Amino acid sequence: MFSWDQRWEVVIGLEVHTQLQTKSKIFSGSSIAYGAQPNTQASAVDIALPGVLPVMNYEAARLAVKFGLAIGAKINQRNVFARKNYFYPDLPKGYQISQMELPIVGFGTMEIETSEGPKTIGITRAHLEEDAGKSLHEDFQGKTGIDLNRAGTPLLEIVSEPDMRSPAEAVAYLRKLHSLVRYIEICDGNMQEGSFRCDANVSVRPRGQEEYGTRTELKNINSFRFVERAMEYEIERQIDILEDGGSITQETRLYDSDKHETRSMRSKEEAHDYRYFPDPDLPPMVLEDDFLEEVRATLPELPSAKKARFESEFNLTASDAELLTADREVAEFFENTVDASQADSKTIANWMSGELFASLNKSELEITQSPISSAQFALLLDRITDKTLSGNTAKQVFAALWEKEGEVDSIIEAKGLKQITDSGAIEAIVDEVISACPEQVQQFKDGNEKVIGFLVGQVMQKSKGKANPQMANELLQKKMSA
Amino acid sequence: MTITTLAEISADLSSGKASSVELTQEYLTRIKNSKHNAFISVNDELALSQAKRADEQRGNGENTPLLGVPVAQKDIFCIDGTQTTCGSKILEGFIAPYTATVVENMHQHGIVSLGKTNMDEFAMGSSNETSYYGNVINPWGDMQQKLVPGGSSGGSAAAVAALIAPAATGTDTGGSIRQPATFCNLTGVKPSYGRCSRYGMIAFASSLDQAGPLTHTAEDAALMLNAMAGFDAKDSTSLDVPVEDFTAQLDNSIDGLKIGLPKEFFGEGLDPEIAQLVEDAIKQYEALGANVKEVSLPNSHLALPSYYVIAPAEASSNLSRFDGVRYGFRANEYSDLVDMYTKTRTEGFGSEVKRRVMIGAYALSSGYYDAYYSQAQKLRRLISNDFDTVFADCDVLMGPTTPTTAFTAGSRDNDPISMYLNDIYTIPANLAGLPAGSIQAGFTSAGLPMGLHLITPYLQEAKLLNVAHKFQQETDWHTKVAPNVSGGCS
Repeated sequence: MFSWDQRWEVVIGLEVHTQLQTKSKIFSGSSIAYGAQPNTQASAVDIALPGVLPVMNYEAARLAVKFGLAIGAKINQRNVFARKNYFYPDLPKGYQISQMELPIVGFGTMEIETSEGPKTIGITRAHLEEDAGKSLHEDFQGKTGIDLNRAGTPLLEIVSEPDMRSPAEAVAYLRKLHSLVRYIEICDGNMQEGSFRCDANVSVRPRGQEEYGTRTELKNINSFRFVERAMEYEIERQIDILEDGGSITQETRLYDSDKHETRSMRSKEEAHDYRYFPDPDLPPMVLEDDFLEEVRATLPELPSAKKARFESEFNLTASDAELLTADREVAEFFENTVDASQADSKTIANWMSGELFASLNKSELEITQSPISSAQFALLLDRITDKTLSGNTAKQVFAALWEKEGEVDSIIEAKGLKQITDSGAIEAIVDEVISACPEQVQQFKDGNEKVIGFLVGQVMQKSKGKANPQMANELLQKKMSA
Repeated sequence: MTITTLAEISADLSSGKASSVELTQEYLTRIKNSKHNAFISVNDELALSQAKRADEQRGNGENTPLLGVPVAQKDIFCIDGTQTTCGSKILEGFIAPYTATVVENMHQHGIVSLGKTNMDEFAMGSSNETSYYGNVINPWGDMQQKLVPGGSSGGSAAAVAALIAPAATGTDTGGSIRQPATFCNLTGVKPSYGRCSRYGMIAFASSLDQAGPLTHTAEDAALMLNAMAGFDAKDSTSLDVPVEDFTAQLDNSIDGLKIGLPKEFFGEGLDPEIAQLVEDAIKQYEALGANVKEVSLPNSHLALPSYYVIAPAEASSNLSRFDGVRYGFRANEYSDLVDMYTKTRTEGFGSEVKRRVMIGAYALSSGYYDAYYSQAQKLRRLISNDFDTVFADCDVLMGPTTPTTAFTAGSRDNDPISMYLNDIYTIPANLAGLPAGSIQAGFTSAGLPMGLHLITPYLQEAKLLNVAHKFQQETDWHTKVAPNVSGGCS
């Protein structure tokens, strides 16, 4: 909670560039695989030789439509490519093919969770465009190298309404969007490789004022952590200026994550006039009803629907359901475990959000990289349900599974962790404890029932954690009350 | 000297009277001896190797009509391994690493590419005077009073008229095939937009550019078009229609042909001698059984203003890739990136190109777009609608191709508007995407050729060529050779 919450209202809109998971570029046949040697994936079209022409890769359109349908947006069945003209060395044609007046995806919405409950964020539009190449400023002795491998990579630019009122909301929106594009498999979401990039339009206004304040555009904020920090910095910078009686300059600012500050890139006066006009090399794209229906049929269950189903079908709380459906692979892991295990879904949810997520986070792994498969995870929880393991011993088995020491049953066997459920064996230990701790036994008999915990603990210790704690508890009570 | 048509060359090759290597060598020699500056570059090695292969193929029993026939290519088409300049300094020394689809198609038909013809820089001009590689001399003038060959396909027209190439390719954005055809006494055809692939043809104005042939006869134009046209998946504006045999209808009767004469094409600014020659040509058609009536294209006066917004607008963007970064000319000295761009483009482009790039950038700029570019597109639709209306009741429209005959080099240097007026009759067909052609229809008292302009409905090139061919069967204007022409030694 920042002090500015009281007097100032924050207004944020986001523009997110998602790299579409096609095999080839949007207007040429070149591969878009990441990490190739510079300029080895740049064809005559990509380097804009004289006379070359773009040809639309309809796979990109299919993925864009998939996104539009997923957010319930209007699909513009006739949409138009336009040229955005500006000079830059990594922009080979001197213009970027993008969409201006008629984007492929029109208005849609997405719901996010905020501290005050669910909130609907408007998505103004999403349009197809080609990425530029990269300028390489190192290793060229004062010169600049150009790598055009990325030039022509298909992007879907998703533009939100200025509907977010805090950096936290913006991050919630961004995470939700990140989850969605991966869910519907249109983008791999890899922020390090630039597959999912975010620009933020940020402004503040006095609470109660209707018109928006002057905004700045923040560029180069390519991790969830930086997005929030960059926006917080920028909001404080704007409020400081306004509270000192100054005014905000409309400009593009670059976030420097090392120095944690934003600095001016170019002002509105220096802003380009992009001279947009319809690209005469590409006829308007016309999408037939059949095509839309075909794409609709490929849509998986979407996060919001999945969340509702998890709540009703598995009796999960809203927050557990949210956590387990935010990521398609996580949801799959959960459902696979449910299918394979006798354990109740609540236990599965707890073990996933507890042990599993903690270990994944600690090792910075995705669920798909988990050393423990859903099958082994299910078996582990089964061994709790059938009382072979206690909570404690289960954690030891989990740790061993994580280290890939073997399978659940072989680990239990090897470590001798099988829970003692034989009442005779437990009774012998209970008798030992009662005679070893006369003081605590007396306290119990005097009415201090809390001391039972200490005594159960002693039984567990003597059994090396293998005694069934519930049985130990019952036997202790029975014997001391006799 | 007399003309040699592609049809005649084809017959000679087929009968074994000549070999492709002999013919190609003959034309290469004529090109070397010519003083018309019609070519920017000639690649003997490539031409002779193609000719040799064609002879071998003939030896193996292949006998397609254009196998081994030599043709000149406008230097706007990329040909793998050859210099492609588009008439500009900015592409001086640029060796194309791939071949334009139109040229590739022609090579598939066995055509031999003689070399690359001179042209107005980036096809912007009507006199070939904007070329960085010097003016082209129209064979119909003399060496004292140098006449322009027209443009932008001026080198192609001059080469065919000078008999140093039997036919040539051109491109037509606002009249760049038909106007030089007229000035040099040739047949020139601009096909329907989308007939010929634009892939590998350096773009001037993408929505208007179209490749076509410059030949002595309509029959030759049909043969050339057979080799040039066809759907190309690499050009999204290419038409996916079956390839026609454009020679199939040449001899059809034109009895009952309905000719429309748009009155707007006979107004102010038209040389009265040309008006008279058009009238004579129309009489010839009437004698062949055609019915003639006056029609109106009421919005045709809007064609020039519409064109001079749309074409420069598209050009301003199309020419952005010539930035000195990846290929072509780069200024020698510069202080930073912007300075490099500025100096490269200032030194690399000629003044007409710079004028149009600036006009186009202005027309597209924020705050002016609606007033210029949007408005021009609306006019374009009106002009197109006019044609739909008249073609409901006409088979072909006729008029003069140009308001004047070839003019003296340098005479319009300081008057771009009068230069632009050259294309006043040709531009509407580009805006509407219709097939149009110019055929030889007589000479003025000064002995200069004039052209009859034909426009047919969309995709009716075969009809246009039929109408042109029937006229050439009855007349001999197309056989006339400029007095000074003597096999390249003018």
